[in-house]
Amino acid sequence: MKTQSIIKFSFLLLLLPLVSFSQDFLSSGKVTGNVQMDAQIYTEDDKLGISDSSLNYKKFGMNGFANIIYTNGDFSAGMRFEGFLNPMSGFDPRFEGVGVPYWFAKYKMGTLEMTAGHFYEQFGSGLILRTYEEWTLGFDNNLYGFNARFSPYKGISLKGLVGVQRFFWEPFEDNNRGIVRGLDGNFYLNEIFDGMAESKTKIELGGSFVSKYEKVPSPTFTTDSGYYTVNDFGDTTNWIRRNTYQYNYPHNVGSWAARANISHGGVNFYVEYAEKGNDPNATNNYIYKKGQAIYSTLSYSTKGLGLFLSTKWIDNMSYKSKINESGNPPMLDINYLPAISKEHPYSLATVYPYATKANGEFGLQGQIVYTIPKKSKLGGKYGTSITASYSIAKSIQKDPLAPGMPIDSSGTDGYKTNFFSIGDLTYYKDLNFLIEKKFSTKVKAKVAYYHQTYNKHVIEDDIFDDKNMVNADIGVLDLTYKFDRRNSLRMELQGLWTKEDRGDWAALLLEYTVSPKWFFSVQDEFNYGNPDDNMQIHYYNVSFGYTQKSNRISLRYGRQREGLLCVGGVCRYVPASTGLTLTITSSF
Amino acid sequence: MKNLLLFAIVMLFGSALFAQDKMKALFNLPEVDVQSINGEPFNTRDIQNDGKPIIITFWATWCKPCMKEHDAINDLYEEWVEETGVKLYAISIDNARSSKRVLPTVNGKGWEFEVLLDPNGDFKRAMNVNVPPHTFIVNGKGEVVWQHVGYLDGDEEEYIEIVEKIK
Repeated sequence: MKTQSIIKFSFLLLLLPLVSFSQDFLSSGKVTGNVQMDAQIYTEDDKLGISDSSLNYKKFGMNGFANIIYTNGDFSAGMRFEGFLNPMSGFDPRFEGVGVPYWFAKYKMGTLEMTAGHFYEQFGSGLILRTYEEWTLGFDNNLYGFNARFSPYKGISLKGLVGVQRFFWEPFEDNNRGIVRGLDGNFYLNEIFDGMAESKTKIELGGSFVSKYEKVPSPTFTTDSGYYTVNDFGDTTNWIRRNTYQYNYPHNVGSWAARANISHGGVNFYVEYAEKGNDPNATNNYIYKKGQAIYSTLSYSTKGLGLFLSTKWIDNMSYKSKINESGNPPMLDINYLPAISKEHPYSLATVYPYATKANGEFGLQGQIVYTIPKKSKLGGKYGTSITASYSIAKSIQKDPLAPGMPIDSSGTDGYKTNFFSIGDLTYYKDLNFLIEKKFSTKVKAKVAYYHQTYNKHVIEDDIFDDKNMVNADIGVLDLTYKFDRRNSLRMELQGLWTKEDRGDWAALLLEYTVSPKWFFSVQDEFNYGNPDDNMQIHYYNVSFGYTQKSNRISLRYGRQREGLLCVGGVCRYVPASTGLTLTITSSF
Repeated sequence: MKNLLLFAIVMLFGSALFAQDKMKALFNLPEVDVQSINGEPFNTRDIQNDGKPIIITFWATWCKPCMKEHDAINDLYEEWVEETGVKLYAISIDNARSSKRVLPTVNGKGWEFEVLLDPNGDFKRAMNVNVPPHTFIVNGKGEVVWQHVGYLDGDEEEYIEIVEKIK
């Protein structure tokens, strides 16, 4: 045999097991995924002032994605294909396009898990780092790089990551955004120390460090002052003193956080404190002050009773991976500052929603859930549950650095504040009650009341005064009647009363469902109290849907009310629109 | 070529129908780090029920149909456990804003089933959940055999029928 054929032969021999291995590898793997497509056809609507030209002649909008995950033992890989053709009304036009903004390959060996590609990660409650995706908002700040999770010892988990964030479809290139690095450790003491294993008090401690590197410019600015001098002969010379200053922007902005979670019996306490180094950027008007945040929750619960209290204080905590990025939609956010208000499920209760003000905010929130036991006098045969909650968000105290110096002057420390100081300006208040009662196997009722104070200037326009406060009372009656095992009718009656803004609203919803497949609904939200007679509009909607296991198709025709759509405390502005919406979701 | 394609499509549909009838395993339950309701570390490999069926629901405190679904199940849960030995794990996808509210809500409502927290959405992504509520039924071998999106009044009856079939 010639040497060449020997090589060929041995090569084949080597290849064979590889091929059979890879076949094995492929055949024992599993592919899963999900798909969602929202398509809208817009129509002109004189009442809402929508014409072809205001729609930019985009009569059709479509947002869609498909996730595909391949899993084989400890290996998995996946991708998300997205298309915005054109982006639906209310989504930033920069989303227009199709592509794969998210893919990953993950491998787990023992207690080490490595991810290459795009990933979503969260340290603690996210005060200094959280990447996530919220499809309905068009929010995605995924990191593209490497992520490692490792447990060197029981009860200890370490995380490390390096990556760059998503910015619409723009690929990462030299200097067009920063690089994010982070480390996190979580220590569950009851598992680490055998002596604590049986203890009723469970303690978990954690700490994290995040830093952003960005090659930043060092712009200069000048100040001119006019002078004149008069010489011995009485001649006047005018001259100008010009001072040139240079901003010294930090290339690296670091942040750290420490947290503890302690639980004992029915009590659970969580606290996290975070600090951010000086970070002049477009969201804080380029001030050099450090950022600070504290977030804590305390709950006590036993069967039938749950108490919850939460507070937060944040100062100058907007943290983005690009110095001059600000505005809407929020992009390149490294951290997440949870809004301290409750997310409400009824539509008129979300007309005035709240979102965190990253530059300074104090928040407090409390909730009580109580279930009056079954078969008691008040509870009735099936028990009655009552939920009450209150939340408030206010400004923090900001004092000038020197008398007469404006707050937030670029290039300075901006202002002085004391940790946990509370300012005078109210951003948001919400007091609400919900009573749920099942009368019989056929009839269920829910009654809710909300009283909200909404500082429109602060929340919508970033104007920090109390000149545009909205006080609203909202009432809801939600009745379900179950005809039999499969057929139910639900009615929602809502009212919103306010003297400010767009005035009073009334809403009615009727929903007929046939389990497990069909639903039909008609809804009307009527802005009957709008001070502008022409804007007393019916926002009607007719929809039906069909579910077949994990497939769901729904079709809706009607008017979309203008407003803020919020999920998880992040909001997106949705313009008014009229048209037909088709939604298809499927998982496999 | 056209015939081949047709054949492939027929085969695909055929196998899909077949799979539905036989309660074929769709996929194995992935192993993902989540948290117990108290916030302690928990891995989904410990979602176990001694070889008996498991129901997994994805939910959030702000999701109206989810709360309704769990209230309805809670009324029947004791009966279900006695009759079939089924165990339900309700996975909350509440994020940092509301995940600490889950424990007092669940206790205040008096829900009897297991609840886990998935604040980073790792389990949600691994299970391809778009929006809650989304319900899975897992057989004794840890294989997902059935799934369903949304919740309509009365859907819980469907869940227990499937459980009866595979118990």
